[in-house]
Amino acid sequence: SRRAMGRAMGLAGLLLGLFLVPAVLVSTSLRHGVPLTEPETTRELAEWEPVSGTVREDSLWPLPQWLRTSPRQLQLAPGRFQLVHGAGSTAGPDCGLLQDAFRRYIEYMFGQSRRRTWGRRPPGGLTGPELWELQVVIEAPDPGCNSYPQLASSEAYHLTVTEPVAILKADEVWGALRGLETFSQLVHEDDYGSFLVNESEINDFPRFAHRGILLDTSRHYLPLKSILTNLDAMAFNKFNVLHWHIVDDQSFPYQSIYFPELSDKGAYSYNHIYTPTDVRVVIEYARLRGIRVIPEFDTPGHTQSWGKGQKDLLTPCYSGERPTGSFGPVNPILNTTYDFMSKFYKEISNVFPDAYIHLGGDEVDFSCWKSNPEVREFMKKQGFGIDYAKLESYYIQKILDIVSSYNKGYMVWQEVFDNKAQLKPDTVVQVWMGNNYADELSSVTGAGFTAILAAPWYLDYISYGQDWKKYYKVEPLKFSGSEKQKKLLIGGEACLWGEFVDATNLTPRLWPRASAVGERLWSSRNVTDLQDAYERLTNHRCRML
Amino acid sequence: AENEPPSGTPCTQLLIFVATPGCDGFPSLDSKENYKLSVSEDSMLLSADAVWGALRGLETFSQLVGRDENGTYYINNTEIVDFPRFPHRGLLLDTSRHYLPLRAILETLDVMAYNKFNVFHWHIVDDPSFPYESFTFPELSKQGAFNAMTHVYTASDVQTVIEYARLRGIRVIAEFDTPGHTLSWGPGAPGLLTPCYLGKEPSGTYGPINPTLNSTYKFVASLFQEVSTVFPDFFLHLGGDEVDFTCWKSNPKIHAFMKEMGFGEDYKKLESFYIQRLLDIISSLGKGYIVWQEVFDNGVKVRPDTIIHVWKENSTPYMEEMANVTKAGYRALLSAPWYLNRISYGQDWIAAYRVEPLAFKGSPEQKEQVMGGEACMWGEYVDVTNLTPRLW
Repeated sequence: SRRAMGRAMGLAGLLLGLFLVPAVLVSTSLRHGVPLTEPETTRELAEWEPVSGTVREDSLWPLPQWLRTSPRQLQLAPGRFQLVHGAGSTAGPDCGLLQDAFRRYIEYMFGQSRRRTWGRRPPGGLTGPELWELQVVIEAPDPGCNSYPQLASSEAYHLTVTEPVAILKADEVWGALRGLETFSQLVHEDDYGSFLVNESEINDFPRFAHRGILLDTSRHYLPLKSILTNLDAMAFNKFNVLHWHIVDDQSFPYQSIYFPELSDKGAYSYNHIYTPTDVRVVIEYARLRGIRVIPEFDTPGHTQSWGKGQKDLLTPCYSGERPTGSFGPVNPILNTTYDFMSKFYKEISNVFPDAYIHLGGDEVDFSCWKSNPEVREFMKKQGFGIDYAKLESYYIQKILDIVSSYNKGYMVWQEVFDNKAQLKPDTVVQVWMGNNYADELSSVTGAGFTAILAAPWYLDYISYGQDWKKYYKVEPLKFSGSEKQKKLLIGGEACLWGEFVDATNLTPRLWPRASAVGERLWSSRNVTDLQDAYERLTNHRCRML
Repeated sequence: AENEPPSGTPCTQLLIFVATPGCDGFPSLDSKENYKLSVSEDSMLLSADAVWGALRGLETFSQLVGRDENGTYYINNTEIVDFPRFPHRGLLLDTSRHYLPLRAILETLDVMAYNKFNVFHWHIVDDPSFPYESFTFPELSKQGAFNAMTHVYTASDVQTVIEYARLRGIRVIAEFDTPGHTLSWGPGAPGLLTPCYLGKEPSGTYGPINPTLNSTYKFVASLFQEVSTVFPDFFLHLGGDEVDFTCWKSNPKIHAFMKEMGFGEDYKKLESFYIQRLLDIISSLGKGYIVWQEVFDNGVKVRPDTIIHVWKENSTPYMEEMANVTKAGYRALLSAPWYLNRISYGQDWIAAYRVEPLAFKGSPEQKEQVMGGEACMWGEYVDVTNLTPRLW
């Protein structure tokens, strides 16, 4: 009703009346300005008000690149509003990915509403301007409905919300998914329970193409449900990579088809494994949300659990002349090692459709190698002297070659670069070591390699209070380098290592702290206002719940 | 070592023997929680002086029962004699910074029972919100709760908590913290809080409870009259911490009062004046009280059976405070090293475990004054989405 709109406008209008969002774009000349926040909405972070004051009506997260809203509000009727394919779209009803997304977003927006009657608009009796539907128009000849998202996928979208029909245009379905999320964030309820959306126009695309979350399912097993819930949360924050650190020292939950003993002997128990079906479920669930799944099978270190099911894979450690009974990293001197790895990575390349596999290569402890006389002998033969980094590189290179032969690209932790292995030009180096990561970024990109940043975003390091702010404040491009170098930093990842994390505490520990990283990686460089972020984030968090 | 297959008659009963009746009473500071547990092939016997000990013994018994790879439940021959070292073992939950739905509180009480905690310190109201539905002053929650319909504890909720706790041998000690930490009281009780001044004019903001008005004491008496009937435990926690004097200092009427009373510029005296009258009110209601350490630090005259709650880690090393409090003859509770809301990375349980409450210089009589302690989970960054994994 008009009165309802008036009332709603009284509050919302005041807040949104002069709402202009800043966005400085690299390329086009689009309008930009300074956010004008009404004094009433500015809250002292230090003080708490006893009763909640005026709440921002729409809290977008991450903040789009360019946004213009007007105070004019349109109503949506849960029983009538539809998400549809627009005329001229290269995607249609046979696009399963979009169909699934349509249903999902209707549920997110109106799920709480109890109105279930499906009906046409009552004739006559105008109740106010209504938004009938959102039309999704995919423009690229191949929309991507049946493909997997890639690093180069387009996630850009253009959204116009005007009476009576809103239009969401995107090159590919991935952009449509991002746009649907944003649209769902624009729809809000007024005091009377009416669903409203402000007339707006949004032009959006991610600043960085690789925006990931690392989950560790080796230190603690994470049940499938937990991983899927996390993928949902990632989609709310426009993350597009799940870096699945699936195995490590502690346990090997990945059920391999060629080498079933690996999980038979290496998993915590038969109940703590990911069957091929589980893995497929994760990959498809992620795909439907525009999320790539990059598995990490970290070697040669971090492999204790591999040795349980694969004899002779790990290096036996020695004390003097005798083996101690304990094992170290993968044994790089045996041909059997490479036979195994060759077959293993063949399976992995088939099971995981992404163009990239993460090969690990971090924290290799040389002491076991040093203790083993055969390894020492090998070092001599190869002319490595006592430089075990050379042995490590020797190993890694062979793995890199194996993986390349399966037409996969690879990601590695920074040590592989630091220890001077010969990397293919399209290797992605993940910078994780905390001290001086800016220098490392300069080195990696200076050498011509692509990099992603994780070092300041180790979210497992929880601390008391609002630590999201320190993650938000990180500026990934703050390192010395040319423009060309800066382009090689393709994104970053928030990492939740599992030493102290399992399904009982994963969600509250990761979210909404990771949301800070999400905005940093998606939104424009000058979206840095902590006060504004705080307000949007508190609302975004409640919405995610 | 292999387990022998179970032989003889499988155990069918745990006999429970309680010496003194008291099923329908409430646990108290003096309750006896000792028990003896005897498990052998012939019999399984749990004996306790009081039902509270039986509860503790049942928990222990449940922890002794194991299950082997065949799924058979078993228990080893066991003899246990057990009693708590400290009689007050508490947990503080803060339902003002974030509202905690009833089920979160009840779940916490369950886990407290698994860990033999016996005091639920309910920090129920504070600056940000007033969720307690008072029948004497319904406006307090109507105006002061985050949402008066959804974010409140009705009288029935409160009774549910008290009974749920009682059935687990847990005392419920409510804290209505005054004179500071009371911003949420203001909207529902106009005239209660001190108006702060900016120069000659009221600034529009408020400070602690106004200790200079008779109406204040009338209000406080009525409210605590209600609270003493609602909460059956002998003790009430009266707060008394972190009173910010700036607002009082800014208010000319307070100034005048200070002069009149001969307090000079010492606002601690004004704080004491309030606290003392509050304590008298509580005593007249037949209740005992626990207060935060500032009440002791600021030299307020308190009853000899007052319990002082030591919480500050920084100003004075808390062990020194424990020594001072007990030396002055008061009983003490320790919380300072156990602020579990201050989460950090890794196995921070170790630091909490290593605390030795009696590691201060004092006579054996002083040490006897330490009643125990409380783990505190302040709610600034805690709500139902993360309470359980943060606390346990």
